[in-house]
Amino acid sequence: MSQNGHPKTLFEKIWNKHVVVAEEDSPSVLYIDLHLVHEVTSPQAFTGLREKSLTVRRPDKTIATMDHGIPTTPPEIPISDIMVLKQISQLEKNCNDFGIPLHGLHSPNRGIVHVIGPELGLTQPGMTIVCGDSHTSTHGAFGALAFGIGTSEIEHVLATQCLLQVKPKTYAVKVEGQLPKGVSSKDIILNLISRIGIGGGTGYVFEYMGEAIRGLSMEERMTICNMSIEGGARAGMIAPDDITFEYIAGRPHAPQGEAWDAAVAAWRTLPTDAGATFDKEIVIDASKLEPMITYGTNPGMGMLITQPVPDPMQIGDVSERQTLEKALKYMDLQPGQSLLGKKVDVVFLGSCTNSRLSDLRLAASLLKGHKVADNIQMMVVPGSQQVKQQAEAEGIDKIFKEAGADWREAGCSMCIAMNGDQLAPGQYAVSTSNRNFEGRQGKGGRTFLASPLTAVATAITGQITDVRTMLN
Amino acid sequence: MEQFTKLTAKMVSIPTENVDTDQIIPARFLKVTDKNGLGDNLFFDWRYNADGSPKEDFILNTEQGHQAKILVAGDNFGCGSSREHAPWAIMGYGFQAVVSTSFADIFRNNSLKLGLLPVIVDKETHHQLMSLIEEEPETEIFIDLANQTLQLPDGRKVKFPIDNFSKNCILNGVDQLGYLQQHTSAVESYESVHPDRVNTVAA
Ligand code: SF4
Repeated sequence: MSQNGHPKTLFEKIWNKHVVVAEEDSPSVLYIDLHLVHEVTSPQAFTGLREKSLTVRRPDKTIATMDHGIPTTPPEIPISDIMVLKQISQLEKNCNDFGIPLHGLHSPNRGIVHVIGPELGLTQPGMTIVCGDSHTSTHGAFGALAFGIGTSEIEHVLATQCLLQVKPKTYAVKVEGQLPKGVSSKDIILNLISRIGIGGGTGYVFEYMGEAIRGLSMEERMTICNMSIEGGARAGMIAPDDITFEYIAGRPHAPQGEAWDAAVAAWRTLPTDAGATFDKEIVIDASKLEPMITYGTNPGMGMLITQPVPDPMQIGDVSERQTLEKALKYMDLQPGQSLLGKKVDVVFLGSCTNSRLSDLRLAASLLKGHKVADNIQMMVVPGSQQVKQQAEAEGIDKIFKEAGADWREAGCSMCIAMNGDQLAPGQYAVSTSNRNFEGRQGKGGRTFLASPLTAVATAITGQITDVRTMLN
Repeated sequence: MEQFTKLTAKMVSIPTENVDTDQIIPARFLKVTDKNGLGDNLFFDWRYNADGSPKEDFILNTEQGHQAKILVAGDNFGCGSSREHAPWAIMGYGFQAVVSTSFADIFRNNSLKLGLLPVIVDKETHHQLMSLIEEEPETEIFIDLANQTLQLPDGRKVKFPIDNFSKNCILNGVDQLGYLQQHTSAVESYESVHPDRVNTVAA
């Protein structure tokens, strides 16, 4: 129970602590502890600062990297895309002019912005964290309030270290029971989104709780919080605990010595108080879950891997029916069909959802001793150069290479297909990323979202496979 | 920030639900460093053939599309990424307002900051607008931001929600940054009592 007044949720505690000004009839002025910047959504914000002759208020609370448009080919190969080059040099200039630290092209710490924040120990419980990227929700896994913002808001934060925000509502996602073998945190989040739909969390902040969540590692928790936005929620959070503290301890930006003890003591007060209420709630029984797969063109169009593709004729609402019809047409799938056994062309292991060391370790452990099927092109893209280097130190890269997979440099890669890594029109991919929108992974490409285990099982057999049949 | 007070204009519809920002402006068009020219790439993959020629029957390639200033869209419009390129492209094409039964949060926030008016209506009104566009494409509707109303040709006025702060900013065409800057001293005193959480500049 909190000292002053009624029991509070994790979200409320962080929100209250960061409100600088609350005037009636206006959104609150919210203080931002950490601002992450990347090359694609920031250039116009810096232009705005220059036009208004403004400076960056707190470069020491800002950090930049390059991830979205960066090639994943060997660093010796020069970048040929002049627009990407321009964005890169623009970010370099902006960081230089405004004093913002940058993990640039050749930094050993470069990587997907949501991978490097936690890796460097910058992401910590109780903080407010923003970035011009919707998957900023990832950082909520540490018990931070983290959400994506647009370019106008990037300019606001650069100039004032604050944002104008209307207080969102709270949504408890209780995941009870224990996950069966072969079922992972990716399956939990895909299952949630398939239940509530991609607009189900609009206006809310999720707090994930329950036995299944508590049992997850930090990297597994990040996978879940990462896709909160796919359920419509700008942020998703998990209360910090010993697993969180253990992950942060010793990282470059983690507090040290006495400051560490004080930080942990403060972090322990963050979890939602007993008796605190949420505006909405859903309960998921983890023990009943199976591996999940999407069949359509948004992340809400997902199902248990053993289920048949749904039939639009069973849907009463006209526009919903048309949306599903359009999706199945794009995917070239039939109602009632099983996806098990469906041949695919590409397997993509990467993205800020599933490209961390534990994802790569798990994938490699299943792939070891197998070959990637002849019909499959498998691409493995580590989330950061650090992840890549650690994986190589453990020999994980060899397992992928020997199996016939393509081992790449870090970046967003085929998750967003801006850098040349992309599907050809009509190709099918099983992807560990987070979005299966039309053309997301390349114009005309078709994406099945799934866990790393399902992706590897599919890579081995050449067709969509229930990984549980491969585990003894 | 574009000023918006009142608008009488024609509409077009893109009725698909859950239109994501990758459809509004595909990611390969995000390699820009300014905001200009994005209107030509609005809904690119739905709008152009593989050889780059416009699809004649796609609404944004028709005269009706070019005349319209109001886009009537399906439920949960603008979901997906935070790219502000989406509202930039919509405004670049010539739209000043988007009407739907609901919007994704980030898209709506971005639009409010730019002065692209997101108008939320009930299902029935939405349905009526869709039928109007189909049956009488020349119809104009009237949007009055001060009164938060959308007026149908039969005279019926439908109220729509918007927070007062965003409303006043858009009515006056003032950037929200100015409001934040007015609070600099409050930010300074906040910083003086809240120790920094991290220092990115430290090695
Ligand atoms: S990996 Fe994909 S989802 Fe994540 S930040 Fe990059 S583009 Fe966005």
